[in-house]
Amino acid sequence: MIAVPGVDRRIYQHPILDFKWRGRKIKFYFEGKEVIGYEGESIAAALYANGIEIWSLSKKYNRPRGPFCMIGKCSSCFCTVDGRPNVRICIEPVKEGIHVQRQKGLPDIPTTWKTAEEEEILETDILIIGGGPAGLSAALKASEYDVNIILVDEHFKLGGQLKKQTHKFFGSKELFGGLRGFQIAEKLTEEIKKRKNIRVLTQTTAYGLFRGNWVGLASYNKLYRVKAKCIIVATGAHENYLAFPGNDLIGVMGAGGAQTLMNEYGILPGKNVVVVGSGNVGLIVSYQLLQAGANVKCIVEILPHIGGWFVHAAKVRRYGIPIYVKHTVKEAIGKERVEKVIITQVDEKFQPIPGTEKEIECDLLLLAVGLTPDIRFLAQAGCKMKWNSALGGFVALRTRYLETTVPGVFVAGDASKIEEATTAMIEGQIAALSAVIKIKGPIEKAVKEREELLKFLEEYRKSPVLRRTREGLKEVVIE
Amino acid sequence: MTDVPGWKKTGIITVEELKKFGLIPPEERLKKGPCVIVECPEEIPCNICVSACPVGAISKEKIYNIPKVDWEKCTGCGNCVLICPGLACFVVDLSHDDYALVTVPHEFLPPKVGEKVILLGRDGRKLGEGEVVRVIERNKTYAITVKVKPELAMEVRAVWKKMK
Repeated sequence: MIAVPGVDRRIYQHPILDFKWRGRKIKFYFEGKEVIGYEGESIAAALYANGIEIWSLSKKYNRPRGPFCMIGKCSSCFCTVDGRPNVRICIEPVKEGIHVQRQKGLPDIPTTWKTAEEEEILETDILIIGGGPAGLSAALKASEYDVNIILVDEHFKLGGQLKKQTHKFFGSKELFGGLRGFQIAEKLTEEIKKRKNIRVLTQTTAYGLFRGNWVGLASYNKLYRVKAKCIIVATGAHENYLAFPGNDLIGVMGAGGAQTLMNEYGILPGKNVVVVGSGNVGLIVSYQLLQAGANVKCIVEILPHIGGWFVHAAKVRRYGIPIYVKHTVKEAIGKERVEKVIITQVDEKFQPIPGTEKEIECDLLLLAVGLTPDIRFLAQAGCKMKWNSALGGFVALRTRYLETTVPGVFVAGDASKIEEATTAMIEGQIAALSAVIKIKGPIEKAVKEREELLKFLEEYRKSPVLRRTREGLKEVVIE
Repeated sequence: MTDVPGWKKTGIITVEELKKFGLIPPEERLKKGPCVIVECPEEIPCNICVSACPVGAISKEKIYNIPKVDWEKCTGCGNCVLICPGLACFVVDLSHDDYALVTVPHEFLPPKVGEKVILLGRDGRKLGEGEVVRVIERNKTYAITVKVKPELAMEVRAVWKKMK
């Protein structure tokens, strides 16, 4: 079962992507057997490329667990790596000679793993947690104002979810509109490297806020204590799950997880795909699956209309992908992994209509049923939260300048409410300017810049397609 | 949900519906030469087409308005076809007697000039074959111009390479 002879899920020809980043071959071990990955791949990506997709067994029922979110936000890829337990192998790079072990239930307590050897105490003006669109934009904007910045991210590469966006961005030319997401990530990351007042810590977790604006950071062999004048939380979001029989089979994945595999790592997540949810994520991922060479059997949508933008729907319809509105997934069926799904029509109350079931063979079932802000740091820090379904769940109350109820703690991007990368980049800049103003006083240029960005954002959100977000925000923006 | 238009339930819009949005140029204009058709009926916050147009033929008062095209200014150059992130711009040319030219955006491996490709409608239906007469590219989006029967000019909205 370990070695899956002849399986190679890597994509070698793609209309948008080249895979020049694939570095030298790297040999490592999974359950004692040799696996070949490429430099630049995560352990999870390399395993999936080789057909190895059972990464752990669940604690209670020994159910196989494989890829789901692929961005370090869920627990389905926990493995023991060189004796270190609970490693999220989706954000851990492959390294020569490492030994990766499946976790069967709870892992053993580590014995061989050394604890932190070093500690560093840092002082900074602004600490930014999260290196996605919001965090990168915040760092760049703040760095123009002669302040010191520390940017921390759990992944081994900066860019967050921009890295897996192969579609061109909407919006306006000034905001990278027309460029593809991964190109924006490259651009921002390159610029970050040039700025001398930004220190980047990758593969590092911000684990909590402590009295007196101290933040604890942890990487594998080093701990940091950071005293920050301001903190910008740009931790993003995680994908939602859906309850139905068979939802934990291997091959049931978050749509974003599949996107990471195919667009960030050039690995085909499946050949025959059913997508649940017709929001922009479901529509865009379906189109990208076609580009990667997969066959998208259908998109099902429980609402009586398509959730995402018409232009995205039109794109997939032209290539013959059906969108079934008033439909949902009833069950996923398969022995070792998903082999087929049953979809069903629903009535006005979203209840399945008996007799309308359809069976569809597939090897991948993607859930594109929304996102939830990653508020863990904000909640721990004591920011006042409020539930708002239009914004994706619990979100931090914040001023229009993006300061939370904890003075000096700001929030930007999806961590503040589910929206999209373009507005995340604007919010990152607004939060940065607010932090600068807090530290240095109302510098005229910063105040003016911030007002312009706020005005643009307000105008942008007047679009009727953003009505829910606009109205949701009214409930959580405080004086 | 009665106020939800049909195209929001299917992802397919009809020429009649596009006309109501003022997005279809008059036939006399198309007979004079290539002209853009922007199939963008929803008020989304995007004005990439406005800045992409070299002659200022596309305008939007607010970033979220539906684009407005000045048919007389449009030269049918296809710049917007290459740049529109929604792949919603098409160019139609009815100036020839026995065929029409349709330019569609394409983000798959491109066909070559002279190649016969499968023509697809808005609903993915196969509408026969057409010959590729021009291929231009920007940032991995191609604008493919195909020769089609004149009666298919308002229907063909994608092409697909034939399997060898």
